[in-house]
Amino acid sequence: MAKNVITDETIEYVGILAKLELSEEEKENAKKDMANMLDYIDMLNELDTGGVEPMSHVFPVHNVFREDVVTNGDDREHMLANAPDRKDGCYKVPKTVE
Amino acid sequence: MSKQYETVIGLEVHVELATKTKIFCSCSTEFGGEPNTHTCPVCTGMPGSLPVLNKQVVEYAAAVGVATNCSITQYCKFDRKNYFYPDNPQNYQISQLYLPICRDGGIEIETAEGKKIIRIHEIHMEEDAGKLIHDEWEDCTLVDFNRSGVPLIEIVSEPDMRSAEEVIAYLDKLRLIIQYLGASDCKLQEGSMRADVNLSVREAGTEEFGTRTEMKNLNSFKAIARAIEGERSRQIDILEDGGKVIQETRRWDDGKECSYAMRSKEDAQDYRYFPEPDLVPVVISDEWLAEIRAKQPELRDEKRERYKEEYGIPEYDIDILTASKRMADIFEETIALGCKPKEVSNWLMVETMRLLKDSDMDPEDIRFSPSHLAALIGLVEQGKINRTVAKEVFEIMFGQDIDPVSYVEEKGLSMVQDEGALRETIEEIVKNNPQSVEDYRSGKKKAIGFLVGQTMKAMKGKADPAMVNKILMEILK
Repeated sequence: MAKNVITDETIEYVGILAKLELSEEEKENAKKDMANMLDYIDMLNELDTGGVEPMSHVFPVHNVFREDVVTNGDDREHMLANAPDRKDGCYKVPKTVE
Repeated sequence: MSKQYETVIGLEVHVELATKTKIFCSCSTEFGGEPNTHTCPVCTGMPGSLPVLNKQVVEYAAAVGVATNCSITQYCKFDRKNYFYPDNPQNYQISQLYLPICRDGGIEIETAEGKKIIRIHEIHMEEDAGKLIHDEWEDCTLVDFNRSGVPLIEIVSEPDMRSAEEVIAYLDKLRLIIQYLGASDCKLQEGSMRADVNLSVREAGTEEFGTRTEMKNLNSFKAIARAIEGERSRQIDILEDGGKVIQETRRWDDGKECSYAMRSKEDAQDYRYFPEPDLVPVVISDEWLAEIRAKQPELRDEKRERYKEEYGIPEYDIDILTASKRMADIFEETIALGCKPKEVSNWLMVETMRLLKDSDMDPEDIRFSPSHLAALIGLVEQGKINRTVAKEVFEIMFGQDIDPVSYVEEKGLSMVQDEGALRETIEEIVKNNPQSVEDYRSGKKKAIGFLVGQTMKAMKGKADPAMVNKILMEILK
């Protein structure tokens, strides 16, 4: 039995954030999975990380840059080939309301 | 209204940087291309594509930070801000939350009560979203990703402003600093500078801030001023009626001069920021920072001081000339070609400003070149054309940047240098206007003006007024 408990509200909220509609069964499974994941991550708390800088990247690399030179041309046809629907050179999507 | 209220305002200003390419890919940032012609897998969020940071973005952002007295974060990183909207193909925006590139700065503005510092909380780098076009015929929305990935900096001020005037002064100062740096053209109308206004009111004398609202969609200084006045009175009305201001985002409708709620704090989005794993940290070494500092151009305040000392022109002139980088550049380049500062200043301040206003243009849109302005000034100084003709030539030059020397020659606008021919014309006019001659001789000295006017008309404006006067005096003696 997992130590962390994921409530119905939490799983509902995470579902909304991820734009996922879950069935009752899926919700129960997801609750269990998430609780297990949190338990696993909690192991980190056993270590004293007081003096350790937060790591954002696994490689000791910094300053990877591009020069400011245009090298991409018009590739619209290729790009729009991925669109589910198109109109007037644009991606066509359901109407957005402000 | 019995109580006195104080308005407290902080700004979030987005500025589009003047790079040639987008922040994370080599697509052009050029404005106005056909929809989606400046896009690639990176800026349309294709799975598997990876961003690579444009070095120039870091340089511009740091330069703005230095110019606004910020401390530069020498170890900075990007973060992911997650949200779903069709203008955002990745479903996240790459921005900076934890380690923004600049912090704790401030700029000085002039207010009615004197100088005042507006503190800058932070400046961070981020990418712009695509543009949504609402289709006129069908019930659908069209998405153009040309703007997706265009580099932005967001400049977040502290809540240090107390009136619309202070807000405008702050924005104007910011705009000039950034334009002088060449980091952006900062055009509110075209959206390369956008301001969101955070505003609250509190009873005068109290320390605690009231509940604030955020206002979006402000695309001119006038709209900003109107929105501030509108929101201030809306909040005061609520408080006077015993109500509570709700923390929310509002959209200003400048046509109707009112704002309406977009979203409240309750449904505020949970952006789930986390460090961007696709980009490595940016380390700005002392050497690099020193280089950025060394490259800082002369900013407006320094320029004003120098103009005063070097050119000895009035402060009024200096204010107008330095209110635009482009204007100041033309001024300096024309002087460098040997013209007198005051003369150049007059052409820019009077004729140029008038024509700009008439054609609803910004100084940034000026087309004539300094060498042509210098040539025109030369023509007047050498007595080849008079001022009236010069103004006409200037108008043409303003529209098409023609070379005034060849234009004057082609159109035969040079002043008549032949004194004999001029004398003949004047004698003729004197003969035909006996009344004016008599008036002049009987002491009405003003009558000579009429005769000069008649002469200029007969000469089609191509006579030197000084010479006309001299000859007239001789004849009338």
